[in-house]
Amino acid sequence: MKGSSVILFQNCRIIDPANNIDTAGDMILSEGRITAVGKAGSLKLQSSEGIIFDLDGKWLVPGLIDMHVHLREPGEEYKETVASGTRSAAAGGFTAVACMPNTSPVNDSEAITALILRKAEQAKMSRVYPVGAVSKNSRGTELAEYGEMKQAGVVALSDDGRPVANSQLMRRALEYSSSHDLLLISHSEEMSLSENGAINEGALSTRLGLRGIPHVAEEIMVYRDIALADYLRLPIHIAHISTKETVDLIRRAKRNGSKVTTETTPHYFSLTEEAVGRYDTRAKMNPPLRTSEDVEAIREGLRDGTIDAIATDHAPHSNMEKDLEFELAANGIIGLETSVPLAIALVRDNLLTATQMIELMSVRPARILRVPGGSLSEGSIADVTVIDPDRKFIYTRDSIVSKSTNSPFIDWELQGKAVLTVVGGEIVFNELG
Amino acid sequence: MEMETEYCFRHKHILGLEDLSCDDISFILQTAESFREISSRPIKKVPILRGKTIINLFFEPSTRTRLSFEIAAKRMSADTFNISASTSSAKKGESLIDTALNLQAMSPDAIIIRHSYSGSPHLLAKHINASIINAGDGFHEHPSQGLLDMMTVKQRKGTLQGLKIAIIGDIAHSRVAHSNIIGFSKMGAHVYVSGPATLLPPGIEQLGAKVCRTVEEAVTDADVVMALRIQKERQLDPLIPSWREYASFFGISSRLLEKSKPDAIIMHPGPMNRGVELDPALADGPRSVILDQVTNGVAVRMALLYLILGGDR
Ligand SMILES: [Zn+2]
Repeated sequence: MKGSSVILFQNCRIIDPANNIDTAGDMILSEGRITAVGKAGSLKLQSSEGIIFDLDGKWLVPGLIDMHVHLREPGEEYKETVASGTRSAAAGGFTAVACMPNTSPVNDSEAITALILRKAEQAKMSRVYPVGAVSKNSRGTELAEYGEMKQAGVVALSDDGRPVANSQLMRRALEYSSSHDLLLISHSEEMSLSENGAINEGALSTRLGLRGIPHVAEEIMVYRDIALADYLRLPIHIAHISTKETVDLIRRAKRNGSKVTTETTPHYFSLTEEAVGRYDTRAKMNPPLRTSEDVEAIREGLRDGTIDAIATDHAPHSNMEKDLEFELAANGIIGLETSVPLAIALVRDNLLTATQMIELMSVRPARILRVPGGSLSEGSIADVTVIDPDRKFIYTRDSIVSKSTNSPFIDWELQGKAVLTVVGGEIVFNELG
Repeated sequence: MEMETEYCFRHKHILGLEDLSCDDISFILQTAESFREISSRPIKKVPILRGKTIINLFFEPSTRTRLSFEIAAKRMSADTFNISASTSSAKKGESLIDTALNLQAMSPDAIIIRHSYSGSPHLLAKHINASIINAGDGFHEHPSQGLLDMMTVKQRKGTLQGLKIAIIGDIAHSRVAHSNIIGFSKMGAHVYVSGPATLLPPGIEQLGAKVCRTVEEAVTDADVVMALRIQKERQLDPLIPSWREYASFFGISSRLLEKSKPDAIIMHPGPMNRGVELDPALADGPRSVILDQVTNGVAVRMALLYLILGGDR
């Protein structure tokens, strides 16, 4: 993506954690790159051609990167497509997303990877980094062809949606992925404990008469995954962590030198299991929403750096999968358009600094996936996001850009919003005027 | 002059005892007592619900509860229709909401639903105008059973206040247990539960029950001992090794019952696995009120239908 236009941002609060910068300033993008960063009022456009944005103190940050989304294409285009999903991403301030392979067919081949990348190119919205399957058809029995998929463009591997249940296969996957220098992302869940569960196990599951998913189902598998990675001295990334004990496990592992990284989602730091209310399927996801104690631990993990990234696990579903008996309804919620305001709430609560928030949503995802971005250095790709931290809005069903509307945050009053998204120097979303 | 605020029953649906107040429950039981007399008349029919349409929508096989609701509705001259759908066929094609919208076209006044998934009555209530009565949803609630159990105990003991109720067995998978724990504790009784730890769900204390490690502890000085059905068909996990072992360690025997109050009564929501949950001699003995439970079932269900559909609402 090579940008043709020149953009000058004036009066910005430039937040660039990679360069230790949080200061007032100006910036010029041209030819798809960041060409100048300077003090406030110091930069001018050379010619009359170009767009000038006076940001009036709004945040100018490296483009946000969501390392865990489901774009549903190929196979479930009625829920989301690469085009609609990346439009939703752009509207949420994301210049790049990593999409999980549990499509239909599963992305376990170079053909599917190429198809997704072709669709992304046509959409001209956010960048898309496909994640390939760990096992053929994500069935958990044979390794997929990592080398071929990497050549086609996958940036990591995962059987997300389900765990790699067999420990021997997980070991071989870690080993073989290291030969291709690809990161393994684990959906850590001990299925024999969680199977048929619908919500977090505890007093609420008992009260609602729903089978529970005990938090140990997550922790046992996180422990196994870290133990295997440690044994092989290889890195591993644990997806969407949701429990206090998982945060503790990962904190301890990092202290002991494990090469483990992890992500959590806005719903795990914003909602408790009580959001299920009276069988509200919009609050059904896997892992399930947990208790307030878990939410506190997740927040602390974000604050002290145990958790490396905020990802959305954007999981679109139509009403057909959600307007059902609770136990039959599909797991997952959309998240791309609510991630920024929910994360900014942590900054307003003084739990995170703005710098920490941008580290979690841009810098570290870029480093973990080893993709461009995450920095506002001169010469970097012109992927930037403008955030208005004060903008209040009501997140209505009608305002949703994603094809699906399965969100527990509908009708919430939110504060803080991405107002401009620039990918490779091209404006892909503009609410700045 | 002092005005007494008059009690008024204000529920459109009966989804669970968790939604009813102590006053609501007392009023339902009182109304049910007045209907019990109708069932002993030579002509057991009153015209209170003439012209009302009631649909029995059963997604799980049940003769007893369905029949009890049907008799209750017919004794009040309502028109009743039975629809049995298997959950599996519903899974294949029509969703529950589709089914509900089709029924809506028949303009029913009430739909009585039994479903193996918890929360199904709540889903129905969200999408349809009719009153919904929960006749048992998953492991969640079975409010009419809870009410008829309270009615039965109240007849024998005069009050519910301060009684010790012991509920023994599969608490985790029993909607009857859930409704009884909620109902009896709302009415001032003390509910104790016990059974194998595999069948005691987490956080059951928050519904109002005290958990006892041994069955003996639970039944000691109890006024009421309720044995729950072991629902083998519901169990996806290994929960008990065998019925024989269950019967000898967790079944209610006469020896165990010596620990309870001398006038303690024995209840079972049925259908019973004879010789498993309860010594057969006890089930058929003088302390058993199992048949009263059946009779009161009709009266309670008449009361519910009347309160929801009858009068000048
Ligand atoms: Zn997952």
